[in-house]
Parts: sequence; structure tokens; C-alpha cells
Amino acid sequence: MAQTFLDSTELVLNMGPQHPSTHGVLRVIVKLDGEKVLGTECVIGYLHRGVEKIAENRTYQMFAPYVDRMDYVAAISNGLGYCLAVEKLVSAEAPPRAQVVRVILTELNRIASHLLWLGTHALDVGAITPLFYTMREREYALNIFEQYCGARLTTHAFRIGGLQYEVYEDMEKDVLDFCRMFAPKIDEYEELLSGNRIWMERLINVGILNAEDCKAYGVTGPMLRAAGVNWDIRKAMPYSGYDKYDFEVPVRENGDTYDRYIVRMLEMRQSVRILEQAARGIPEGPIMAKVPKVLKPPVGEAYVSIEAPKGELGYFIVSDGSVQPYRLRVRPPSFVNLQALDKMARGSLVADLVAIIGTIDIVLGEVDR
Amino acid sequence: MTSPYPILSILGILIVTLTLAAGLIWLERRLLALWQDRYGPNRVGPFGLLQVLADMIKIFFKEDWIPPFADKAVFVAAPAIIVVTVLMSFAVVPVAPGIIVSDLDVGLLFVLAMSSLGVYSVVLAGWSSDNKYALLGGVRAAAQMLSYEVFMGLSLMGVVLLAGSFNLTAIVEAQRNLWFVAPQFLGFVLFLIAGAAETRRLPFDLPEAESELIAGFHSEYSGMKFGMFFVGEYLGVILISCLITILFFGGWLGPVLPPIVWFLIKVMFFIAFFILMRAALPRPRFDQLMSWGWKLMLPLALANLLITGAVVLAWRS
Repeated sequence: MAQTFLDSTELVLNMGPQHPSTHGVLRVIVKLDGEKVLGTECVIGYLHRGVEKIAENRTYQMFAPYVDRMDYVAAISNGLGYCLAVEKLVSAEAPPRAQVVRVILTELNRIASHLLWLGTHALDVGAITPLFYTMREREYALNIFEQYCGARLTTHAFRIGGLQYEVYEDMEKDVLDFCRMFAPKIDEYEELLSGNRIWMERLINVGILNAEDCKAYGVTGPMLRAAGVNWDIRKAMPYSGYDKYDFEVPVRENGDTYDRYIVRMLEMRQSVRILEQAARGIPEGPIMAKVPKVLKPPVGEAYVSIEAPKGELGYFIVSDGSVQPYRLRVRPPSFVNLQALDKMARGSLVADLVAIIGTIDIVLGEVDR
Repeated sequence: MTSPYPILSILGILIVTLTLAAGLIWLERRLLALWQDRYGPNRVGPFGLLQVLADMIKIFFKEDWIPPFADKAVFVAAPAIIVVTVLMSFAVVPVAPGIIVSDLDVGLLFVLAMSSLGVYSVVLAGWSSDNKYALLGGVRAAAQMLSYEVFMGLSLMGVVLLAGSFNLTAIVEAQRNLWFVAPQFLGFVLFLIAGAAETRRLPFDLPEAESELIAGFHSEYSGMKFGMFFVGEYLGVILISCLITILFFGGWLGPVLPPIVWFLIKVMFFIAFFILMRAALPRPRFDQLMSWGWKLMLPLALANLLITGAVVLAWRS
């Protein structure tokens, strides 16, 4: 039969790097049959700055602010991971007071990161209002960062061996006020979204990634827990004294977009719990361990991973005994989780693809580094 | 009963609807801002009222770019179609007794016909742009608006049966004792949904779907041609609100206040409702929208028509 123009052929659509819902400069080449996604291919690197190479030309202290620029939405988690890795390399440990403050700031940052995710994810699905609400609450967290260290986004809050700044006067009170204010706000978001018919139909059974696939791709964080795997590094390999806090790891079974949404909502509630405990029990004492000014770690290597808001964030540092790392490798959760996009999106519709990109919670600064 | 001064009526309704559409842009931005805990436009003029004027000046002076790959004639015609068809519909809308451009006996059919023609604007805009996103938007628009039109017409037939006329003035007069929203509640709900789908407003804005298709069918439009789509959309909101008021809420009927005030109050209420819907709801997926339309709305509209018909028959005999 002769080919007519009605015989539909595949359409190759170029989403990004400028597109409202690729969350930055991600480019996805999508093969479409009508609206159905036949396959996707991610093109990354538009924000590549060669962070790992820069590390080889900076001293250990000088490189610390650079890590904030990877996952700039959760800069504090990045800083924590890097500091822990270097501390492991030089066998130092931050004093208890510094550890508690670190936990407070990191958990606040987790909430801030999840809030940004929630707002943009809802926007991707078409609900425009939650974004403004989440930004409003995120402001409180950023204000605490600003009061503490002067910066709001790329904070560089921690130093190798502890903290540079003492806790400011009303910090405990501010954090507790935030907790009191924020818990009802989560209910408010859930009221807007969780039970909404359209929201549920858009998310349930969309972009399913089961536990085996998660493990095969190395997917971590809320995506892994939504698939039913109870793996949270704060519990599995506690760092910074997370074993002292009483909190739960939310886990769901289906591994679809809705479960990932629920897991992150529950995580925010757990973060509030940790914050309350931590803010009530900041011990007295020094905030800086004894670390030499010129840091020359012994020859060797160290790997430390922490539970960043987006998943397992790991730093692998090789030292040749000089003041600069011989090699620094970052295991960015966004980059690893993004691999699963094609697996999740294949066979769904364009609208689902957007929801799935949103649910991975990528930050392109971290994907490209 | 056509107005004694047709030219005056035409001018009056044109000016009022276009001003309302411009005012509506301001109203929507302010109301959305109110619900989203921010200020909205509040700098230009009192309460930011002149923001619309500023935007209009801006949009008129923007470069009016026609992409070299577009089908020029169709590309230029598409935005005009939507504004013309919606404005034509206003011709048969009775604002108050005597204030109407043309009191057609098939007024309701005329409105439905015009809204069907309006689909062409969106579809042609999408296709002539020769842009993949615009094409997807155009395809979505065609499917969505055609299928929602089917039960949009059907959902109104209950009202027609009760009033015994397609004439919009007669329909309002028939509601002297009881607004049709009471006996035709199902029809009202169906029409509200279909109307929202026809105007392509947020829960049904799939042809635009900013987060998926960038700007959908009008991705390639700029300057005043984009402005025309914008105005067309807001005119559509006003039109649907007017229709709801006329068909289900007794049009200008109401105690004490003059008829035109009642009409405007009711219309404003529904306009605000459409804006609230935009603030509150996420966007359904394309296939879900279609299956709701065909599998749920259409059977309900048919059942509504059947039952209304049976009741009317039994009443008369």
C-alpha cells in the first residue's frame, strides 16, 4: 500500500535545554508516536564546570565552597559530605556541639530542598499554587541560614573539622519556631494535593520503578524508599550522630510517582522531628576540632556517603600526601537517579514524562558538575 | 425583540466586553495573587489597574514576527478567528431586557455553532506554525474541544426542553419562577465542565500545557497575534460565564437591583469561580480527559436529556 500522509510516523521531539519543566538545562530527546513516548535519551553537560578537576588544583579548604555549587538546592548537604570525607582522611572528628548544629542545618536544608521539589513538581503537573506556598515556607529556612552564616543558598556553612561560626543568639528558638510553624503547613500542602482526584490520577501508576530496577540502576534516596527498600544512610551507616535521634524512615511499596511524592512528604515530617530533638539538645563545648591550618592528609583514600535530600551523596578522595587532593570523585544522586528516566518513561505519555522528570528531583548543577 | 438602536447596542456590547476582558486579566492576576499569598500587579495606577494598559502598549509595540517556516496566510488568520467567533457569540447574549444586538430565535444554536468554529483557530494556529510543540497542542485542542462540544450541546438540551425555545431571551423569561439550576443541576455541572474545557482554562489547558508543550498551539506567536489569543481566551471565559448565568441562573432576573447589575454580579461570580479553579487544580492527562469526556460526561448528558424529556412529556400529558 502506498504511503499516505495519514500513516503516522514517529516524531522526534527535542525537549530542552530550554524547556519549562526540565528543571534547568537538561535536554531530553524524545521519540514519540502521537503522544506516546517510545524512548528517551538524556543529553547532559550544559552546566559542566569540571568541579572534580578543579578540586585537584585547590587545597582541601579552598575546595569546600565549590561543592555548594553542585546541588545548589541542598548546598549544606554537599558541604557536610565533603567535610566528613576530608575529616575521615585526616582522622579528625567534629566536636559534639558542631555535630548537632550540622544536623540542624542539614535537616533544615533537606526540608528546603523538598519544598522546592514539591513546588516545581506540582507546577509540572499543572497545579500552580503550591509553588508559592512552598517558597513562602522555604524562606524561613533560608533566613535561618542567612542569620547563621550570611549566605542563603550556597552557604559554605561547615568547615573541615567543625564549624567556623558559633550558633547565633536565638537560633534554637528560631528552629523550634520553624518546626511549630511548618508542621501544619505540610498538612496544608497535603490538603491541596494528596487526595485530589486529578493529582492522584496523574501520579498513581505513573513511572513505576520497582526495587530490582532501582538497585540495578543504583537509584537511591526517596525513589528507592518509594519502591519498598528501607535504605537510608542516616540509619544504615549513621554519621554526625544521627543514631542519637529518634526518627523513622518512610517506605512505600509501589515505586510510582505518587509513592515518591508521599515518601518525600513524610520525610519532611521526620525532618521536623529530628530538628526538634536537635534544637533542644545543643551541647556546650568547642565547635572546631584540632585540624592543622595547612592540611596535608596522609597518603590514602577515603569514601564517605551521606543521605542527601536526593539520595546517596558520596565523596571519594585520594590523597598523595600534598595539600591538594590527587583525585576527587563525587557520586551525585541526581546523576545516578536520572539514568532511570528512560526505564520509567518508556510507554507513557508526554505529560507523564514531565511528571517523571519532576519526581526524580534532579538538580542540573549536580548532574553535570 | 431586537434593540431599537442596533448600532448603539453593537458598540456598547463590543466596548463593554473588550473592556471587561482587559479588566479580567487584571482581576485574574490579583485574585490569583490573593489566593497564592502574594501581591500581584499593584504598581501601575491605583491597585495596578493600569497594568493591563501598560501590557497592551507593550504587546502592540513588540516585534510581530512570522516564522519563515510557517504557513503565512493561515498563521495570520488563526488568531483573528478566535476573537471574531467569540465576539459574534456575544451578539445573541441578552444582557438585560432590550440590551441585545440580535435576538435570534436560534440564539443558543448560534452560540454553539460559533464556539465550534472557534476550534479552527486553535487547530490552524497549531498546524500552520510548523512547530512540533504547536502541532501537539493543535492535535490536543482538536480532540479535546470536539469531544467536549458534543456533550456541551447535549447538556443544554434539558434547558431548551424546559424553556421550549432556543431563544436566549425566552430562556431567561422562562426562569421567572425557578432558576433552571434547580431542575437541571446535572446539566449545569456538565455545562460548567464543558465550558471550562471550551475556554481551555487551567484544568483543561492541555493545548497550551505550559509545563509540557511550552506554550502549545501558540508557541510561535508573538506581539499582538499572541495578544489576540489571550484576549480570545478571556472573552471565552466571559462568554461561558454569561451563558451559565443566562441558562441556569435566571440571567438578569433578581429583586430590587436593576437587571443589568444582577446580570453583571452573576457573571462576575462565575468568572471568579473559573479563576479559583485555575488556582486550585492540577492538570489532568490527555487520555484521562478524553475518557472522562466520552465515558462519563457523554452518558450522563444523554441520561439527563432522556429523563428531562420524559418528565416534560409526562407533565404536559
